[in-house]
Amino acid sequence: MRHQAQFSRREFLKTSANGSVALILGFYLPVRGSGRDIPDSRVFRPNAWVRITPDNQITVLTEIPEVGQGPRTVDTMMLADELEADWSTIRVEQAPVIPEIYQHLHTGGSGGTGSAWDYMRKVGAQAREMLLTAAAQQWGVDKKDCRAENSAVVHGPSGRRFRYGELVATASKLLAPKAESTPLKSPSEFHFIGKSIPRVDVPSKVDGSGVFGIDVRVPGMLFAVVARCPHFGGTLQSYDATAAKAVPGVHAVFPIAPLGFLPKLERNINTAGGVAVVADSTWSAMQGRKALKVSWDKGPNTSETTEAISKQLKEQAVAPPSFVAVNQGDALRALQENVKKVDAFYELPFQAHATMEPMNTTVHVREDGTEVWSPTQIGKLVQEEITILSGLSAKQVTVHMTLCGGSFGRRYQWDYAAEAWQVAKEMKRPVQLIWTREDDMQHDFYRPYSYHRMSGALDAQNNIVAWSHRVVSTPIRAVFDLPETLQDPKHVASQELGGADVIPYPVSNFRLDYSPVYSGVPRAWWRSVAGSFNGFAIECFVDELAHAAGLDPYEFRVKLLRDDRKLPGIRSQDDPPLDTRRFRAVLQLAAEKSGWGSPLPAGQGRGIACCYSFDSYLAHVVEVSVEKDGTVHVLRIVSAVDCGTAVNPDGVKAMTEGAVNYALTPVLNGEITIKDGAVEQGNFDGYQVLRMSDAPDVEVHIVPSNGDPGGMGETGVPPLGPAVANAVFAATGKRIRRLPIDPASLAANPPVSS
Amino acid sequence: MTNIAITINEESYRIDVKPDTPLLWVLRDTLGLTGTKYGCGMGLCGACTVHLDGEARRSCQTPVGSIGAKKITTIEGLSPDRSHPVQRAWIAEQVPQCGYCQPGQIMQAAAFLASTPHPTREQINEAMNGNICRCATYQRIRRAMQHASGQNA
Repeated sequence: MRHQAQFSRREFLKTSANGSVALILGFYLPVRGSGRDIPDSRVFRPNAWVRITPDNQITVLTEIPEVGQGPRTVDTMMLADELEADWSTIRVEQAPVIPEIYQHLHTGGSGGTGSAWDYMRKVGAQAREMLLTAAAQQWGVDKKDCRAENSAVVHGPSGRRFRYGELVATASKLLAPKAESTPLKSPSEFHFIGKSIPRVDVPSKVDGSGVFGIDVRVPGMLFAVVARCPHFGGTLQSYDATAAKAVPGVHAVFPIAPLGFLPKLERNINTAGGVAVVADSTWSAMQGRKALKVSWDKGPNTSETTEAISKQLKEQAVAPPSFVAVNQGDALRALQENVKKVDAFYELPFQAHATMEPMNTTVHVREDGTEVWSPTQIGKLVQEEITILSGLSAKQVTVHMTLCGGSFGRRYQWDYAAEAWQVAKEMKRPVQLIWTREDDMQHDFYRPYSYHRMSGALDAQNNIVAWSHRVVSTPIRAVFDLPETLQDPKHVASQELGGADVIPYPVSNFRLDYSPVYSGVPRAWWRSVAGSFNGFAIECFVDELAHAAGLDPYEFRVKLLRDDRKLPGIRSQDDPPLDTRRFRAVLQLAAEKSGWGSPLPAGQGRGIACCYSFDSYLAHVVEVSVEKDGTVHVLRIVSAVDCGTAVNPDGVKAMTEGAVNYALTPVLNGEITIKDGAVEQGNFDGYQVLRMSDAPDVEVHIVPSNGDPGGMGETGVPPLGPAVANAVFAATGKRIRRLPIDPASLAANPPVSS
Repeated sequence: MTNIAITINEESYRIDVKPDTPLLWVLRDTLGLTGTKYGCGMGLCGACTVHLDGEARRSCQTPVGSIGAKKITTIEGLSPDRSHPVQRAWIAEQVPQCGYCQPGQIMQAAAFLASTPHPTREQINEAMNGNICRCATYQRIRRAMQHASGQNA
């Protein structure tokens, strides 16, 4: 593979603006398997994202990994709109992992659509302008009299037309125009953006042809599993491979070392190490592992239990904090001075990602380089870490990003690809390392365990005059970062306060502080990260304040939000501020569409909650019924979303439906519990994820907007839990203090223990 | 190892594996039919669902030696061109997100609708409750099944 251009995307666009070397980049863009590295007039490659051939075929390369959120469709829509392309002639490919050219080979923080919005339209417009120029040249007419439509250039005065394919030879000789000054369309001119275009990946997902990481098949490949110590931080003491090697099909059994902090990556990649069993099939590898005799040194965390962590969190909730994030006015004094005071606490335990496709990666270590096939959210880092681990150059490490069977933050990790490389380098053949469901569930990077102590006060007019929020959690940063950086309490807190630092409601005295609790349980980004716990605490607490004020929870919110304000966050001034007008509008839309205030049968209740996260605004109204034994059924959900431009509205709806129902698991059933420093659940019998009979229909309403697109992959999660809890309160008069909901705490007649 | 004869998607295969090997791994690793997915290995998630003589079965819980003359159908063999009514409905309703569990969902739905052509919502929930989707496309699966059965969602 050859790539001469070493530009960043920003530099590339800048270079294009000079019009000098952009075409060189285009021509030298490696096309897998083609062997082309010289200029070719049979392919028009104005830039690294689009190719057009004389048969009118348009190939679009999209960068963002496909984990279920639809970037291959959405990003192509942006480019195709500016290109004035005929949608039916477009083929979409995953862009190769060449980070010098492709700088968005990752998805996280729901940022995919927002990050593509600018460059995918610009490169589409750039290609369009070149095709217009080529047509004008071929006809010998003024370019101003030409227009592009449906993969053709039309000369207005004469009505003549060229299909794009007919312009390839001329266009491929042109210099690229300045990308910055290339005119972009106005929203009224969009053909694709704003329309519900069927997803390009769906056909391959209904006939079994889509290739996920676990489906990669390479000639001569072997399959491997790793026996890992179930206790976090435990290590291999000794093992006896005799019986494992006797299992038919087993090729090799060997230990692999745990991988910790990689200085060059500035990250702890956190693999457990253990014993690898390599075989000619996944089943043989699993049987080999079963036959393996291993003894573990259980490590330093064996006293850890869910109860012990919970106790520490509660202790820290009343001790002095390690970090005060916000201290506006004097919340503590205001709490003493006002009569209407509310105190509340909320506890949210560990959650697993439990993607349907368990972790896996296939690696072939050859003499001339290493090839990797990984279902990853971040192809660039997989290449980087294997480069660092192996000592090879980036050019020698080819990474293929496959379809991902779910992600939700789990595939932003380095661990499984690194492990697969460790195993494969011992073999002369390609090896697919598979994690069984149990491996996946017991060696995840879980949502942090958090505890929230809230205090608030209202004045006589029911304004919020004091708001104090103590977040205590097992912090994410402590899992990855250098011990030195963890000396800084602000740094430790930096992943834990999302959604808690900006309160949309006017609060005259506001305090947010934080304390960490140690845990050996790995944690990381779980769909919506801190929003999933802070959103719960905040929107439950607002409901409690509304109750204290004696007001309807929706009316209370809207009344507080009467003035339009823009509220910047504490993390980065670059982030768009919270716009209370948009926040209020989604609350109003959800209330209106749900029939807020209309009567419900006895035993039912309606709850509302709204959060701003990932640059989008989302409100849910949830209706529940609570049975006499306390069982909660979620009957109906009405959601209103303002995500700026909804590039593909059906995709926005799908993401909301999915996020809502993903978020129901930790509310209704799901919990990862710890005993002896190990996870107690191993499969879907222990970790109860949402099934169809508990999944309500979600009705999604989108606020029309021409603004920049915000994120949608995670935005539906934070307000879901509190909307359910608030609905349960409306039905029963009982507050939810801990998730998942314990039906016994809601039972009309608490069960008598016998 | 035993020489075992099985029929998959109307083709005959002879394979050399232990009879207690789950069909799932024969499909995926021995024959390269990777449309059938591994999700849990315990019959808890339904990702590995195939048909044996038209009935939905969890291939991770089906020893290949127990199948005998029963005809196996996998997602690859449900139709040659995504024309099965359930596949068409899945496309029309844009069901898949990540898509990993969908072959199992589709096989489960196709077998169920063959025996219950006009199901109620409750019957759909009951029939599909063994199939987990972490993207939580449940609402669209319900809609697609109603669509496939000729009912307006």
